[in-house]
Amino acid sequence: MSDTAFHRRQAEMLPSRPAPAGQTGAVGWMRANLFSSPFNILLTLISLFLLWSIIPPAFDWAFFDAEFVGTSRDDCVGGAGACWAWIDQRIDQFVYGFYPAESRWRVNLAVLLLIPALAWVLIEKAPGARYGRWFALFYPVIATLLLVGGLGLEEVTTDKFGGFMLNLVAGLAGIVLSLPIGILLALGRRSKLPVVRVVSVTFIEVIRGVPLITLLFVAIVILNLFLPQNVSLDQLARVMIMVTLFASAYIAEVIRGGLQAIPAGQYEAAQAMGLGYWKMMRLIILPQALKISIPGIVNTFIGLFKDTTLVIIIGLFDILGQARLLQTNPEWIGEVDHETYVLASVFFFVICFSMSRYSIGLEKRLDTSGR
Amino acid sequence: MSDSIISISGLNKWFGEFHVLRDINLDVASQERIVICGPSGSGKSTLIRCINRLEEHQEGSIIVDGTELSHDIKDIDSIRREVGMVFQQFNLFPHLTVLENCTLAPIWVRKLPREEAETQAMGYLERVRIPDQANKYPGQLSGGQQQRVAIARSLCMHPKIMLFDEPTSALDPEMIKEVLEVMVDLAQSGMTMLVVTHEMGFASQVADRVIFMDDGQIVEENIPSEFFENPRSDRTKLFLGQILSH
Repeated sequence: MSDTAFHRRQAEMLPSRPAPAGQTGAVGWMRANLFSSPFNILLTLISLFLLWSIIPPAFDWAFFDAEFVGTSRDDCVGGAGACWAWIDQRIDQFVYGFYPAESRWRVNLAVLLLIPALAWVLIEKAPGARYGRWFALFYPVIATLLLVGGLGLEEVTTDKFGGFMLNLVAGLAGIVLSLPIGILLALGRRSKLPVVRVVSVTFIEVIRGVPLITLLFVAIVILNLFLPQNVSLDQLARVMIMVTLFASAYIAEVIRGGLQAIPAGQYEAAQAMGLGYWKMMRLIILPQALKISIPGIVNTFIGLFKDTTLVIIIGLFDILGQARLLQTNPEWIGEVDHETYVLASVFFFVICFSMSRYSIGLEKRLDTSGR
Repeated sequence: MSDSIISISGLNKWFGEFHVLRDINLDVASQERIVICGPSGSGKSTLIRCINRLEEHQEGSIIVDGTELSHDIKDIDSIRREVGMVFQQFNLFPHLTVLENCTLAPIWVRKLPREEAETQAMGYLERVRIPDQANKYPGQLSGGQQQRVAIARSLCMHPKIMLFDEPTSALDPEMIKEVLEVMVDLAQSGMTMLVVTHEMGFASQVADRVIFMDDGQIVEENIPSEFFENPRSDRTKLFLGQILSH
């Protein structure tokens, strides 16, 4: 055995080359992902068949065969497609519920003001964000004033709230309040103080262990037995409080998961610098833990938003309630059973999908891993 | 000894039933540089972590810069302000830029105005030779660069004492040198340093004293030349034989 067999020397370093043809680009992608094996080819063909058999009829129903104009069910009877004629007639009811028509500008204004408030909170580099954040902080007060009345505005009781506006109000309030409560509960559950920990754990486990609808009945019926006779708590407020507490218990657990993912070294480095507990949490631990928890938090928010439809059990008519109402309305009965639900679904989907997309963007923005 | 900046006497500590520190007595003078070595599990990291109360001790007393460590959170925080610490895993804050890592404690603990904190941080980043990385995130830096940022971050608090807990153990060989250079530079500037390390070259170059720990106690303590050339105990000889031969 000659010893040259173990010697190796390369004359010069190799330059990087482009990847082989057919592995990148559209053709390469299709070959790799759609037609890589007989089984994969079969799946692709089945999927194509399903799409072909679902999408064209759905489009026919929703658009090509649909009836868009008319004033009552008579204009839709016998049509093969959807009946959308009611939208033009009844959309206000779907959006505002029974909110007095002459005061609906207040709802519009509240929504209009919501747009900049959200932008200032959600978009990091929004112009004027410094003052905008203060506006956002006071927005809930402004919106409550506008919607409920006071300071010269005529009072509108919450039993007049309805339609999609009701879902928005309850959903937004729940989202805004449940996050801070959830954070405090998560910190409480990991606290070294036994009292704080036991209270947090009990709260989380009790709220999470009971169906939401049960909690709502408790809030509406049983709470009266404990409250003093002269105290009356708004029915809608009760539902919103319960929905908020329910969501915050879930959020607490999501954030606890995030907290557990933070290495002990981060706590130690923060403590070694002399940061106290709250500063350490606010500046070092929570920013990282919340970032990890974004998917779970948004998941809970979306769940909360859809749970606002449960206001139906206190006799309020949110967008789903309005759909039911219209389905039994003599003017439209029998023609709008699917259409009203489709419209309600679209409203929910737009909001929930936006939340989902925003959270993905936020995760990307906060990614500092270096690529 | 009234001129010692750290005074540890009769220190005992247990992790559950495990007696991890046994009757430690140690006085450190201001500007003294001490290297602590010993096999893993000997308690050396635990010892320096007791000095800024990352670990609680059960018996004995630790007096740092005239303040005795007790359960009083105010005393603990005031000691932590004076004691910088560099960790094996760097422990930079990944969600903040290098500059923000360095200005965070000065701004929030020392209440320095932001601009002043930034100027000062840039000064220390220059001293550890990475001012050009100030606006990057830790995840974008190499291990050696991260550890130098960690040193600069500690220095930004103007500590009187610096604790190093195996600062080069998590680094690739080619990066150890750049971190050690910064530490030598710091030692020569007169900083009081307690360094847990196996870098014996560093020890013989800058240490005033080398301490060898085993089984939670200080087995041997000497000036570097004596420590390396004439180790007294068998445990020390065995340990030195193992780490110097490889």
